[in-house]
Amino acid sequence: MNSRSDKIFSRVSTALMILLALICVFPIVLLFMSSITSEGALLKNGYSIFPEEFGFDAYQYLWFSREKILRSYVMTIASTTVGTSLSVIITTLFAYPLSRKNLPGRNFFAFFVFFTMLFNGGMIPSYMMWVQTFHIKDTFWALIFPSLLLSGFAVIMMRTYFSTNIPDNILEAAMIDGASEFRILISVVVPMSKPILSTVGLMTALAYWNDWMNGLYYLTKRTDLYTIQNLLNRLITSADFLSNNQANSMIAANIQVPSVGVRMAIAVIAIIPILVIYPFFQKGFIKGIVIGGVKG
Amino acid sequence: MNTRKLKRALPLYLMMLPGLVYLVINNYIPLAGLQLAFKKFKYVEGIWGSPWVGLKNFAFLFKTRDAFNLFRNTVGYNLVFLIINTILAIVVAIMLNEVRSGMVRKVSQTLILIPYLLSYVVISYIVYALLGQSSGMINNSILVPLGIEKISWYTRPEYWPFILTFVQAWKSFGYHSIIYYATIIGFDKSLYEAAAVDGAGTWKCIRSITLPLLKPTIITLTLMSIGRMFYSDFGLFFQVPMNSGMLQKATTTIDTYVYRGLMESSDIGRAAAAGFLQSILGFVTVLAANMIVRRVESENALF
Repeated sequence: MNSRSDKIFSRVSTALMILLALICVFPIVLLFMSSITSEGALLKNGYSIFPEEFGFDAYQYLWFSREKILRSYVMTIASTTVGTSLSVIITTLFAYPLSRKNLPGRNFFAFFVFFTMLFNGGMIPSYMMWVQTFHIKDTFWALIFPSLLLSGFAVIMMRTYFSTNIPDNILEAAMIDGASEFRILISVVVPMSKPILSTVGLMTALAYWNDWMNGLYYLTKRTDLYTIQNLLNRLITSADFLSNNQANSMIAANIQVPSVGVRMAIAVIAIIPILVIYPFFQKGFIKGIVIGGVKG
Repeated sequence: MNTRKLKRALPLYLMMLPGLVYLVINNYIPLAGLQLAFKKFKYVEGIWGSPWVGLKNFAFLFKTRDAFNLFRNTVGYNLVFLIINTILAIVVAIMLNEVRSGMVRKVSQTLILIPYLLSYVVISYIVYALLGQSSGMINNSILVPLGIEKISWYTRPEYWPFILTFVQAWKSFGYHSIIYYATIIGFDKSLYEAAAVDGAGTWKCIRSITLPLLKPTIITLTLMSIGRMFYSDFGLFFQVPMNSGMLQKATTTIDTYVYRGLMESSDIGRAAAAGFLQSILGFVTVLAANMIVRRVESENALF
């Protein structure tokens, strides 16, 4: 028996897993500790997880700009809720008929979806169309419509779930009872499909929450529509984007703008909600990765 | 098809309508825009009205050194990422499976997924905290104490192939590991028990049971990455190097090139040509990869 070497293997695995977990968390700790380091210590020692001197100047500065930050949070929450709800509704409505074996033209429609996963026109044609035909530039809808609303992948994933988890005889029984297709979808299929609905919803919500590309491409003038991701994206190149009258008066009052610390503080503010929410959704999230990664 | 059958299917078609309309708009209409690669785009005249120029855009693209860089970077990074991601994910999944303590297993599973939750914008801040010239942690807390001069990371392209590979692996290894780990815990336990009775240790079990059983998953995931061989993660190559001009040799990919052509210059001809090649080559690779798998192991083909 190799039980001794097995034990060593297991111990080494445990140690390495702990190390990997630390590597994943370390940069976030670095952001956080840097954000509560005094500007003086940052200028002297750089970003560090062991601050020489604590300081909250960065957050104080952000507090002056709270209006812009809060507004971008409202935009993130609005686009995530609107986008995710629309997306889940459209995906479900699309996937259910595709799961029905007797739908005339079923193969054609399945291919219609599948083809979008194989071939696409790329960014330039899409951009031209959304801007010139649909005039989406600098509107709220720019955060919702381009590329994110419906993924062929999610449709096929959901269709597979419906056709393997909802027995035909239940659908037939409902039909014999005279239920309409919409009725069946709402009162039979949806209640039986909570796992896949929450999985698709979760993955879509994460995509909307983290999206910055739509804002980068389509919000060029209306910076008031920026989500928190767009705000971050803007701040990394122009740190003075946050400044407003109050912040200017801070500068005028000869208080130095803590620009080194501010960068870290704003990043911390952007990731905290995700880290707080994550543990509650972790199970569904892992399930989503597994279904999405292997089957599809 | 008789009318009664069609009538019964009508509600189903109605349900599909919003999705179909969206796919037509978002995915099918832009296909017509691929013709831009063969046109001189004039904003007032739109896609259809702009004059044809034949292969001029392509000639223009390939005359520059950009073209070589673009394709080398896009495909090269993807190949490196594919190999590293696959090996790393399998190793981590196997290790995770060997951890005896349930607490360590659960907590490390949670923590290694955190990077996957972060957007590349946030990650670019993290990389900046580490690599920033004057205040970055690596310069201040590692290089200087060791007596090495500070490195201006954002102006030195030679480091970026490693930085980008590391960042990419950091963000996604948890994701890939979880997929393999879920596959491993789904394996028939009796195989391992039988092997243990025969005196096989952990190593032997991994080599002769786990790895062979993982083959279908490896093939599927590899196939999906090969299908994306001509696409790059825009965030990784655009945000993480902070769009730094001096790094472009090492960080430009088709996607960042297209972005710059579209948003930062008035002449989009070359970018349209590069985008066209990306679409076509991407399509061809995914078909070819699938065809090869179908020949060798038909049950693992994607379609």
